[in-house]
Amino acid sequence: MSTAAAQPAPSALPPAGAPIAIRCRGVTKHYGSGDARVVALRGIDLDVACGELMMLVGPSGCGKTTLISVIAGILDRDAGECTVFGDDFAAMSGRARTRYRGRNIGFVFQAFNLIPTLTAAENVAVPLMILGEGRAAAVAKGRDMLARVGLGDRARSLPSQLSGGQQQRVAIARALIHGPRLIVCDEPTSALDHETGHVIMRMLKNVALQQDRALVIVTHDARIFGFADRIARMDDGRVERIERPSATGAESA
Amino acid sequence: MSVALKMLVGDRLKYLGLVAGIAFAALLITQQASILIGLAHQTGSFIRDTAVADLWVMDPQVRFSQDALPIRDTTLERVRGVEGVRWAVPMYQGFLKARLPDGTRVTTILIGIDDATLLGGPPRIVRGTLADLRGDNAVFIDEAALDTKWMQKRSGGRGLRVGDRITINDKDAVIAGTYSASQSFFWEPITYTTYTRALRYAPPERNLMVFTLVKVDPGQDVSAVAERIARTTGLDALTGQQFIERTAGYILKETGILVNFGLAVGLGFVIGTLIAGQMLYNFTLDNLRHYGALKAMGAGNWLLVRMTMLQVLTVGALGLGIGVGAATYLGRIVGEAGLAFRMPWQVLAGAAVAILAICTLAGLLSIARVLRLEPAIVFKA
Ligand SMILES: Nc1ncnc2c1ncn2[C@@H]1O[C@H](COP(=O)(O)OP(=O)(O)OP(=O)(O)O)[C@@H](O)[C@H]1O
Ligand SMILES: [Mg+2]
Repeated sequence: MSTAAAQPAPSALPPAGAPIAIRCRGVTKHYGSGDARVVALRGIDLDVACGELMMLVGPSGCGKTTLISVIAGILDRDAGECTVFGDDFAAMSGRARTRYRGRNIGFVFQAFNLIPTLTAAENVAVPLMILGEGRAAAVAKGRDMLARVGLGDRARSLPSQLSGGQQQRVAIARALIHGPRLIVCDEPTSALDHETGHVIMRMLKNVALQQDRALVIVTHDARIFGFADRIARMDDGRVERIERPSATGAESA
Repeated sequence: MSVALKMLVGDRLKYLGLVAGIAFAALLITQQASILIGLAHQTGSFIRDTAVADLWVMDPQVRFSQDALPIRDTTLERVRGVEGVRWAVPMYQGFLKARLPDGTRVTTILIGIDDATLLGGPPRIVRGTLADLRGDNAVFIDEAALDTKWMQKRSGGRGLRVGDRITINDKDAVIAGTYSASQSFFWEPITYTTYTRALRYAPPERNLMVFTLVKVDPGQDVSAVAERIARTTGLDALTGQQFIERTAGYILKETGILVNFGLAVGLGFVIGTLIAGQMLYNFTLDNLRHYGALKAMGAGNWLLVRMTMLQVLTVGALGLGIGVGAATYLGRIVGEAGLAFRMPWQVLAGAAVAILAICTLAGLLSIARVLRLEPAIVFKA
């Protein structure tokens, strides 16, 4: 897609024909009340197709984290529509929502959030155990998954014995172990150096992204923009425009 | 679920602190309760040692076993006339002053038993034979008290021995033998003699008999006989067990023992709850972002409750075991020193219930925080 170089594409469309994974229309969200009231989302319109890697970028405080929290069903929106694979969290009971997340959504956090007293394999196995799988079987699958992210030999290591990049790979393995259809990542590379960030992104793109899956990544890190299929630029609670990475010219920075 | 345990156990310092806190509470609770029960048990020693009696006939105002309220001498014959009574013998009891050879004064509980049968005497004779009690001015004293309560302090010297002459209420007595009895709550040493001689030692009063001991005919219903005796005499006829309960109830209440030890047990409970609750809460706070992550990844509240409860109950069981073990060990040591300490299964069950309550309280305290937790915190750096 580098035919007409640097052509701005203010509203790049999702790949035609692909089923829609995420669909947001007029999503709003505020925090607090009275003087402390902060409007974080002011009407978000966003579509993400299956098989797509969407990045959310924008200045600090523009609402990126709030938006993926709403999309992933860990935060209630105020108004608007938002569905994930056609399902609406707002229509589910608390328990159903929790169960839905457990089955369908994988999380990668900026701070890795691995449980420090569990081994890498056990950490990876946590989502399976939450879904009710026995410990031994879950940990065995956790070891296999670790091998797929290149950490087959570190299954018994504690997080504190791993480098930042290795910990994030463990976190990715954990996000993928139960085969979720949507993976959300908040700043997955910001705690890592450039090199490691690229390794992580390659891994996310190659291992995580399949035809029926979608990936939403919040980032500040312009150096990884090139991995995106599309980039949603946000400002002050709105999606300002949606671009293709070739248009940003930042991927080779 | 086992992951919950690893989360806790992995944090060695907090985990051990938590177990130690609960062990301390368990120790405090079991130890204090065991001493309380030991003391309560010891208030019944005299009655228990006088096991020959099925029934004790006494003034209704008697509150405990060493409460010497005389009843009329004619009671004996009237009791003997009650249907179902196999035998009935008199017992004198009184607090009297004894004077040892060197002039040391000792207050003793003088027990006078039936001259003819010697029923109601000491449970185990150590020196001499029971028949020696019929000798001139013969009394039996407590072997265990020879060198303690019967020590001749004024001459800085020795305890009493068989053959020593003392006076009781200024009348001559000779140590004819010794007995051993169960450790008693009552401090004054018990001295046995015959009933008629006891009447000579005792200060003159119109009535001197304190108890009538009764054996019930074989096959007779003890409580029915007791009721007949009570109706005939207007006195109380208690089984040993009833008398023990009356004694223990009175002593525990009147001496404030119950309140004191109750407070100690309560304190153990409160301290245990505070320690365990605060440690567990801290642990939960430290792990809050992991709980948030678990919630985001689909762990329901019920799972988190189970995880927390498994954690607290595990440390609770460990703490209970260690605390009870320590209490048993301590109990053995103080028990050998002759102090009151009894740990029946009820104490263990009670301690287990208390620790369970402590753990549940502590668990609820920290789980409340987790349940209110918004999973959205996981994205906060
Ligand atoms: N729990 C909260 N309570 C009150 N205000 C909040 C809360 N979380 C976020 N906000 C506010 O909402 C706005 C959007 O926050 P959000 O975290 O979504 O921004 P962001 O784009 O992720 O920023 P950053 O790049 O710094 O992570 C900000 O003004 C923020 O201060
Ligand atoms: Mg953010």
